Amino acid sequence: MVPKIMKQGRLAPLLYLGPALIIMLIFVIYPTFNTIVLSFMDRSGTQSAAVECTSGEPCWGVFENYRYALTDPLMLTALRNNALWLLLMVPGTVAVGLIFALLADRVRYESLAKSIVFMPMAISFIGAGVIWRFVYYIQTGGGPQIGLLNAILVKLGAQPVAFLSDSRINNFALMIVGVWLWAGFCMTILSAAVKGLPGEVLEAARVDGASEWHLFWRVMFPMILPTVVVVTTTMVINVLKIFDIVFVMTGGNFGTEVIANRMFQLIVTDTGKSMAIAVLLIVLTIPVMVFNVRRFRAEEAMR
Amino acid sequence: MNPLAKINQFFSKLPLHLAIIIMCLLWLIPTLGLFISSFRSRQAVRETGWWSVFSRQQVVGEAEYNTYCASCHGTDGKKIANANLADPTIVNQYTRSINLLVDLKKLVNNGPHLVDPQLPSNATQAQAILSPILTYMQSLAGEAKASTGGLTLGNYVDALVGYKGTADYLSDCKNKVPGTQAVFNCNSSDLLNQAGMGRALINTLIVAVPSTLIPIFFAALAAYAFAWLDFRGRQWLFALLVGLQIIPLQMVLVPIARLYVNVGLQSSFLGIWLFHTGFGLPYAIYLMRNFIGSLPREIFESVYLDGATHWTAFRKLALPLAMPAIASLGIFQFLWIWNDFLVAKIFLSTKPVLTVQITNLIDPLGGNWNILTGAAFLSFIIPMIVFFSFQRYFARGMLSGSVKG
Repeated sequence: MVPKIMKQGRLAPLLYLGPALIIMLIFVIYPTFNTIVLSFMDRSGTQSAAVECTSGEPCWGVFENYRYALTDPLMLTALRNNALWLLLMVPGTVAVGLIFALLADRVRYESLAKSIVFMPMAISFIGAGVIWRFVYYIQTGGGPQIGLLNAILVKLGAQPVAFLSDSRINNFALMIVGVWLWAGFCMTILSAAVKGLPGEVLEAARVDGASEWHLFWRVMFPMILPTVVVVTTTMVINVLKIFDIVFVMTGGNFGTEVIANRMFQLIVTDTGKSMAIAVLLIVLTIPVMVFNVRRFRAEEAMR
Repeated sequence: MNPLAKINQFFSKLPLHLAIIIMCLLWLIPTLGLFISSFRSRQAVRETGWWSVFSRQQVVGEAEYNTYCASCHGTDGKKIANANLADPTIVNQYTRSINLLVDLKKLVNNGPHLVDPQLPSNATQAQAILSPILTYMQSLAGEAKASTGGLTLGNYVDALVGYKGTADYLSDCKNKVPGTQAVFNCNSSDLLNQAGMGRALINTLIVAVPSTLIPIFFAALAAYAFAWLDFRGRQWLFALLVGLQIIPLQMVLVPIARLYVNVGLQSSFLGIWLFHTGFGLPYAIYLMRNFIGSLPREIFESVYLDGATHWTAFRKLALPLAMPAIASLGIFQFLWIWNDFLVAKIFLSTKPVLTVQITNLIDPLGGNWNILTGAAFLSFIIPMIVFFSFQRYFARGMLSGSVKG
């Protein structure tokens, strides 16, 4: 791999790698371990978490913060919601991205259409939150509805809906914002995979009389599956860390709490619990991390 | 292809076009709504939906005018020549609805107003009807389309200076409203007001540019080592990098924040540059190494044979050839930092960036939506320019980051 002709001093790799390694050591590796330590400490990060126990209530000793992270009702809501996001929003976004990539592939204004769907990627979550407030807003005190969706509902003769505070639907409303933001990302990557498919194979299948539906499921999908997997894992990570959308739109109220927002809310008032939640977050991402490293190794082996 | 076949083909593709266009509209409309709202007055944003700029029914006072006045004066106000309601000289006599009410009563009882308009006898109620009618008459007369119809840049001005008052900054300044004078100077220095988006824009630029360039430089160095230098543990170290990319931001915030307090870097630009560098490096190195490593081996071999050092090969060969990757990465990192909220909120609390400033402007009671519209679009300008000018690089960066290629 590396040309053997070039002599290199023993120090050379260190000089090139050194700055990056030192910075990563200080800003990624050290704090990760420190966070794990803090997760066993009390709210100020000075004594063992066991001091947080109150007598007469269940206590996990030094694991007290983890008791909170795993049993507190608000945390259970957060865990449930993150699971909901994983189960619905991730497949939803990948599917929307894939469908759009396949459709746009067949028209001449493809790049324009793709730019439109891709555009939210340039917008901050905070900005997206402002944008979607105008879609979901409900006017409760009489007067015309100024939120787009409720205006449509009222026009159709239905009752306005409190999209962000009705706990039966608000999680879905937030997920739609997520799909809106990320479908462009999935689309772009999947579109490249679709374009990379060998034309002869598709042509041959068409000549053999395969319907477009069959063509997709039997020929195209298996061939782009690796890319679908990559996109899905990236989305899984994004969704586990989902924070800004919820923070800016509902603040985690009305049953929309998610793990990362809980962590943020406690960061000042109760470091120990906050860090335990952060550790929980990384534990949840470990399977994805292992998967990515394995995939990377397999790719390297083929290089 | 003959025309008939073309038409045939068009119709067979119609569902496809419809599907794509509908989806594009779904993606555009939320942003479009905010964009239109950002040019509407405070009152208009609160009272009517943004789509009402497309329909004539929503003009303030039109309904009331049609009920009480249009049968005599006509919908355009000109039907009675002696009382032309579209004539500014007549309309301008009435600066407030109470004048109109008084005159109307007088004129009805003592003569000229031919028909009693059947207003509610309660003066307050009558005024509530006359007020929008007056506004409507003003708009008929071509006077300032005050409340709803007209578009304004007021939201952008308010957002830039961070003005949260009850009316808009410019008019409050002009009328010397006491609360305004206390905090605002009412001159161009307000553009740098601590609570405004103008200041936040500058802060964001100061954060984003170095936070983009520094990690790219260090990543390029490290990527060169991973690609063209030989050392023990190379594979192992690189696999570690792949793992590090996934560590959530949340995992490192508190220890770094504590570290910064100890060394005096809290709320400093240097602190946030270093943080973004550290956190951006794993991905940046990964992407650059894949790119630099895939450059043809022969050119490196030939420069080494010519006696070039690694430093020369890095500067003269690897860096210029890696420009496409650097561009992708730069755009990616720049947009990421520009749009970041969490890191800036924690590490730069006294120097708010755009995203943080927007949340500062949010009034929990929702009384200042209009400022948010302007603020949000101010924060979109630069990422949008970057995005649309370099979209291709941006897409390519994503591809090489997550898919081997």
